[in-house]
Amino acid sequence: MVAIPVGELRPQARTSPGQHWLTDLLASLPPSDIAPLASRQRQAREALAAVPLPSRRQETWRFTDAAAIPLIPAHPLEAPSAPIALPAPQPGVLRLVLDGRRDPLAGLTLPAGLERLAPAELEPLLGGSLAANGAAGTWPVLLNGALATPVLALRVGLALPTVLELVSDTGAATGVLGLRVLLVLEAGASLEVLEVHRARGASLTSVVVEARLGPNARLRHGLLAQGQAPQPGSIEPAGSAPAAPVLLHHLAVVQDPASELELIAAVSGFGLARLEPLVVQSSGAAFTRLRGLQRVDGSQVADTHSRVLFAGPDGRLDQVHKALADGAGRSVFNGAVIVPREAQRTDAAQLSRSLLLSDRARIDTKPELEIVADDVRCAHGATVSRLQQDELFYLQSRGIAADQAARLLLRGFCEEVLADLPAPASLWRPLQALMGEDPLR
Amino acid sequence: MIRSDAPVLLEIRDLRASVEEQPILKGVSLTIRAGEIHAVMGRNGSGKSTLSKVLAGHPAYRVIGGSVLYRGEDLLALEPEQRARIGLFLGFQYPVEIPGVSNLEFLRVATNARRQQQGHDELDTFAFEDLVHERLKVVQMDPAFLERSVNEGFSGGEKKRNEILQMALLEPLVAILDETDSGLDIDALRIVAGGVNHLASADNATLLITHYQRLLDVITPDYVHVMAAGRILRTGGKELALELEESGYDWVDAEIERLEATLAPGIALEVG
Ligand SMILES: Nc1ncnc2c1ncn2[C@@H]1O[C@H](COP(=O)(O)OP(=O)(O)OP(=O)(O)O)[C@@H](O)[C@H]1O
Ligand SMILES: [Mg+2]
Repeated sequence: MVAIPVGELRPQARTSPGQHWLTDLLASLPPSDIAPLASRQRQAREALAAVPLPSRRQETWRFTDAAAIPLIPAHPLEAPSAPIALPAPQPGVLRLVLDGRRDPLAGLTLPAGLERLAPAELEPLLGGSLAANGAAGTWPVLLNGALATPVLALRVGLALPTVLELVSDTGAATGVLGLRVLLVLEAGASLEVLEVHRARGASLTSVVVEARLGPNARLRHGLLAQGQAPQPGSIEPAGSAPAAPVLLHHLAVVQDPASELELIAAVSGFGLARLEPLVVQSSGAAFTRLRGLQRVDGSQVADTHSRVLFAGPDGRLDQVHKALADGAGRSVFNGAVIVPREAQRTDAAQLSRSLLLSDRARIDTKPELEIVADDVRCAHGATVSRLQQDELFYLQSRGIAADQAARLLLRGFCEEVLADLPAPASLWRPLQALMGEDPLR
Repeated sequence: MIRSDAPVLLEIRDLRASVEEQPILKGVSLTIRAGEIHAVMGRNGSGKSTLSKVLAGHPAYRVIGGSVLYRGEDLLALEPEQRARIGLFLGFQYPVEIPGVSNLEFLRVATNARRQQQGHDELDTFAFEDLVHERLKVVQMDPAFLERSVNEGFSGGEKKRNEILQMALLEPLVAILDETDSGLDIDALRIVAGGVNHLASADNATLLITHYQRLLDVITPDYVHVMAAGRILRTGGKELALELEESGYDWVDAEIERLEATLAPGIALEVG
């Protein structure tokens, strides 16, 4: 018999505040009886109870403080007292509002080439991209499986001229919201998606988007995660700050050969935002372009854990991740690139550029390259710097005040990523939202 | 054009400055009046760029002595942006690349900062476009450069043209051009020099830092100063530049040695 140290015998995971939170949350959820996903949901709920909440003890959460999660009231997101006002969609945009209650497609006529997947088609596909990316059993994904009821499942059969806008805005509401999306792009199809998630209350938004790209398919996917610090309200005990919104987001993609995926993500304003873009090039020979930008301020935490797996030869990756860390914020980037033996002639480039804007802020950035194939080109680089004195001086020497010069430089830093967003993103004022300067909300 | 009754624009007196505790400028004195063109020459590392950056207010340099009056006002007390707004311009030896910041927007913000100081209205995007297209002609620059990020990926010569474009927009009273001629091909040199001549007037002044007579062939200086080891060692007319072209800087070493001996305390002067 092996002696087990006493410390490990303590049923810590069960009795920790986080686990109580989960028990309360599960108890508050409506029973899972909505066909056809009832059994999946039950499985997810059971599995979730056995997996500890994310904590620094777990390798993939080592730099990321997840303490914000159990601060969110443990019940389904409360219905908003008044409908959330959203800016009117731009022409050429099909907006689907995701609130976890209503069917976003109800009463809509979908444009030619876009159709809802029938339940029988959905069943075998759902979870496939997550599983291919090895993410089916992680806590955020199980949480999503336990929560999300309607799945928005769409098939794209041609080059869709319409931009699909997927919007959630939990406003000041509190509680937990799960959203689940499945996109199937058939061979040669193309789609532009703009996903927008907004929150400013003590809410947790859990999002899982799966996408399957057939041969020659193209997906351009913009993601705006626009949190906002909650206004001090009356519900909190005096002296304690209101809990900040949390976003847990997975995008799991499987790419067939000659397909193209472009993801442009801009994240800010959440107490905790965790993004996991996961891509498998199922037989290699596809193109993946990832652009990420995250900004933290105050005590916010933003974490991007990306993973790209080349399961065949001749694949390409072009990845740039940028971060701005101000206040006592923490920014984490972990970029895994996996190139097994069969992925010969892979061409992958990953660059991480971070700006440290305060002495109390912290940036952890780590490329994680697992390269077994020998005939590959893998470039990576990571820089963490402050605003460059020479750049500031150059602008000042042209009459631009120091603070304005700094703002220009930061904007320039951000624009390099934001400029790639699908055009209708401008409606959501991505730069102002990112810099926390949006007076309209 | 020298006019002894022209107003003094810049008066530098015994200016001393250091970087990282290293003294670089060791007592520079120079008076510049309206209408004048001055050339500063000197070996690599003699302190020419340092002088220009100290005047523009670069934070890496510490002024440890002396004074600079700009139209009678204490220049060194002003922030760099304020110096620019009241009409001091530095054309950089190495213009800085600023990714993500549009050149057009940068030029507009800079121009408006200067205009505001002069009591003019700010220009909106349309009015500014008109102005910038007119000024582009001064340097014969392709408008496509407006759409790019500030200096990003510009060739050496393109960066220098962009500097002169900024000068044309800001209409400074004192323009310091630090080796604006280096890196320019013959045609570009002619265009840039033409631009500088075009902008020079009886009301403003230009300080050219250069290594080459070829620039002074096209822009005739009223004064030529030779800088060495952080001082202005000799001042003359345009013929001094020609003399340097012939004889080089060897004489400088001997003179500097003598000077340092004179200034070093406790060392007896050898009088020949
Ligand atoms: N920021 C700095 N840090 C350290 N040393 C510096 C700095 N700036 C200038 N120096 C030093 O001061 C001296 C003068 O430099 P400066 O750039 O003024 O020379 P210069 O006359 O412009 O030369 P060049 O003709 O090569 O442009 C050099 O020895 C240089 O190394
Ligand atoms: Mg120099």
